[in-house]
Amino acid sequence: MLKFPIYLDYSATTPVDPRVAQKMIPFLTEKFGNPASRSHAFGWEAEAAVEEARADVAALVNADPKEIIWTSGATESNNLAIKGAAHFYSGKGKHIVTLKTEHKAVLDTFRELERQGFEATYLEVKDDGLVDMDQLRQAIRKDTVLVSVMYVNNEIGVIQPIVEIGELCRSKGIVFHVDAAQATGKVVIDLQTLKVDLMSFSAHKTYGPKGIGALYVRRKPRVRLEAQMHGGGHERGLRSGTLATHQIVGMGEAFRIAREEMAAENERIRYLRDKLLKGVSDIEESHVNGDLDHRVPHNLNVSFNFVEGESLIMAIKDVAVSSGSACTSASLEPSYVLRALGRSDELAHSSIRFTIGRFTTEEEIDYTIDLLHRKLTKLRELSPLWEMYKEGVDLNTVQWAAH
Amino acid sequence: MFAPVYFDHNATTPLDPRVLEAMLPYLTQRFGNASSRHEYGRAARRAVDEARQQVAAAVGAHATEVVFCSGGSEANNLFVKGAAASMRPATIAISAIEHPCVREPARQLVREGWRLHEIPVDAEGRLDMAEYAQVLASPAKIVSVMLANNETGVLQYVPALAARARGARAWFHSDAVQALGKIKVDFRALGVHALTLSAHKLNGPQGAAALVIDKRIELRPLIAGGGQERGLRSGTENVAAIVGFGRACELAAAALDANASRLNSMRRTLERGLSNLGARVFGAAAERLPNTTLFSLEGMDGETLVAQLDRAGFAVASGAACSSASPEPSHTLLAMGVATEIARGAVRISLGRGNTGDEVERFLRTFADLVQHLKRMTAMAV
Repeated sequence: MLKFPIYLDYSATTPVDPRVAQKMIPFLTEKFGNPASRSHAFGWEAEAAVEEARADVAALVNADPKEIIWTSGATESNNLAIKGAAHFYSGKGKHIVTLKTEHKAVLDTFRELERQGFEATYLEVKDDGLVDMDQLRQAIRKDTVLVSVMYVNNEIGVIQPIVEIGELCRSKGIVFHVDAAQATGKVVIDLQTLKVDLMSFSAHKTYGPKGIGALYVRRKPRVRLEAQMHGGGHERGLRSGTLATHQIVGMGEAFRIAREEMAAENERIRYLRDKLLKGVSDIEESHVNGDLDHRVPHNLNVSFNFVEGESLIMAIKDVAVSSGSACTSASLEPSYVLRALGRSDELAHSSIRFTIGRFTTEEEIDYTIDLLHRKLTKLRELSPLWEMYKEGVDLNTVQWAAH
Repeated sequence: MFAPVYFDHNATTPLDPRVLEAMLPYLTQRFGNASSRHEYGRAARRAVDEARQQVAAAVGAHATEVVFCSGGSEANNLFVKGAAASMRPATIAISAIEHPCVREPARQLVREGWRLHEIPVDAEGRLDMAEYAQVLASPAKIVSVMLANNETGVLQYVPALAARARGARAWFHSDAVQALGKIKVDFRALGVHALTLSAHKLNGPQGAAALVIDKRIELRPLIAGGGQERGLRSGTENVAAIVGFGRACELAAAALDANASRLNSMRRTLERGLSNLGARVFGAAAERLPNTTLFSLEGMDGETLVAQLDRAGFAVASGAACSSASPEPSHTLLAMGVATEIARGAVRISLGRGNTGDEVERFLRTFADLVQHLKRMTAMAV
C-alpha cells in the first residue's frame, strides 16, 4: 500500500530511524541528567552515553573520538570551522577559498568574513558540478589560510575530489574544511587517509535527530580554532553549552547504523535511483544535472525543459520533492547551484531534485515514474513554448515582446 | 531498583511525560524540514509556529519576538556578541555573578576594544545599585543582569534595573533561564529588551532555547546560513525539541502558582532542618527562587558532602553543573564576599516538580546522620 505524499526529499531531512528513536527515549525519560554534572549518577550516566556516541560518530569516519566536537548541527559546525580557523590563522593571511555551489551555511559565513576584512574567492565549477583542480591551484595564494569544499553537493549529489584537494592544501600548509553533511552514510569517509583538517557533520541527514551535529577537528597535525560560543567551557572550550544528551545519543546510534548498513543500503538505493533515472530518461527534453559517475546513489536532479518547475511540483504533489535546497526553497530564484553549472535560467527553473532514502520502496519509484510521464505530457500540452519547440522553432531566435 | 532522589533541578530537569508525548511524532512520522514546501515541511513549520506562540504566551511576548536557538548558552552569546557587533565598541556592564555564558562572551569583547564592567553584589547577592548607576552614566551601551542566580537562586530586581538602563539608552538583557517556570516572567513587565529562556530547566528537552528580543534591537547573527529565524539564527530548526519547549512552557505557565507554593513549602522545611544542623544558607535574606538552597556547614568540604550524599541516594550539586569539572569555589559566593574555605564547602539543593515533602524529610534525616559521622571522623583524625 502506498502512503501519500511519497517522500523523495531525503536530502532535506530524513526521518529518525525507529531504532534511533528507541535508543533516544530513555535519555528523555529516566536518564535525564546533565552530562556536566559531576556529583551524581544522573550526570555520569549521561556523560558515559555522550562518550559512547562520540566513539560511534568517530568510527564512521575513522577518526579519534577526541577529534569530535558536538554542535547543534552542520550549519553551526560550518560556522565554527570557517570562522574559527580563519580567525585563528588570520595572522598568516586573510584569503579564503570556496566554491560557488557550496551550501548557504558556508557561503553566508564567507560573506560574513568578507565584511570582517577577509578576501574570499568563490570558484566556478565545471559543467558537471565538479571543482576544476587547475582553477583551484591558480586561486591559491601566499596568504590563503583556508579552503572549504563540500564533500557531496546537496542539490545535485556530486562528490568532489576531496583526496586531491586535501593533498594540495596540505602541501601548501592551508587549512582544509569539508562540509560532509550530505556525505555520511553515502560515501566511505576515512579521515586517517584523507588530508582534511576540519569536517562538518549533521545527524538529521543520516536518520538521526535534528538539532545535533559535530565538527571533526584534526589533532595530528593539530588544527587550532577560535571558539565561537563561550561559556562553561564544554567540549574542551571549543563549544560551550549544555550537551543535549538524547540528541547526541541519537546521532551516535544513527552513525553506528550507517556504518553497519551503508554498503548494502547504498546498493539498494542505487538500484532505485537507476530505475528512476531510466524512467525519466525516455521523457523528451529531460536533462540530468551534474555528473552521474561521481555522485551519491541517492540523488537525481533533472530539468524538464519547457515546464515550469513550480507547476510541475504542484502537479506531482503526491510526491514530496524539492526544486533545490530546502534552505532556499522560500525564494523563487532559480537554483544558484544549477546556474553555476552553466544551466540557463529556464532549465534551472524547471529542475526537480529527487532524493531517495532508507524507507523508499520500489513501488514508490514506479508510481513516481508513471506520475511524471502523465503530468509532464499534460503540462506540455498546455505550453505554447513546447508547441513552438515541436514545430521546430528555435526559441533562442524568438524576439519576445516586453509587457 | 534503587532510584536516587534528584535534587539538582537547576542543572537540568526530567522531561514531563506530556512533553515527550508532544515531541515523539516529530521524530518519526512528522519529520519534515520546516523549510521544505511540501506537506512534510509545512507540517513541521506549523508545529514550530505553534511552539513559538506557546513560548511567547508564557512570557507575555509576541511570537515574532521569539528567536529559537540550541540552548541558553547560545542565546546569551547571541545577545552579547550580536548586540556588540552591531555598534562601535563602548562599555558593556554585567553583574559579577553572571553565568559563564554571559561573562565569557563579554570578556571576549574586551579584545575588540570594549570596556567591561562587572558590577559587584552585596553579601546577599544583590546588585550594588550605586555602582550600577555609575556604570550606566559612564555610559554603558549594553547591560546584562540575570533574573535569578543559578547557584543561590537570588533574584535581581530587574524591572528597576531595566528602567534605569532604558533611561540611559542602554540595551538591557536578562538571562531568565533559571527563573522561567519557577516565578512569573513577563517580558513587558520586566521592561527588558531581551530575555534568555531555556527548555531543559522547565521539564522540557535539552537542545531548545530562545532569545526573546525587542524587534527594535539590532543584532548580528552568531550563526550564518540558510537565514532561518528571521536571519538571526540559521540552521535547520530542531522541530521536535522546539515542540517540546512550547509544550513545556504551556504546562509550566498553567501550573506556575501551585508549583511555586509547593516548592516554597518544601524548601522552608528543608532550610529549617539545615539551620538546626548549623548550616548557613546563602542569600537567605534576599528574595530568591522558591526551589534553590545553597548552603555550607562550617568545617565541611562541599565535594565530600556531595559525594557522601550521592552514595546515600541524593543527587545534589556542589555548584553549577557546567563548572563542576573545575575545583574552583563558586564565583557567585566569592562575589558575595564569602571566604574561599567556606565557599568550597557549598552544597546546592534545587528542588523540582517531582520532589515530595517525604523526600525532603528523608534527606534531612540522612544528612544529620552524615554530618554526625563526618564530625566523628574529623574528631578522630585530630
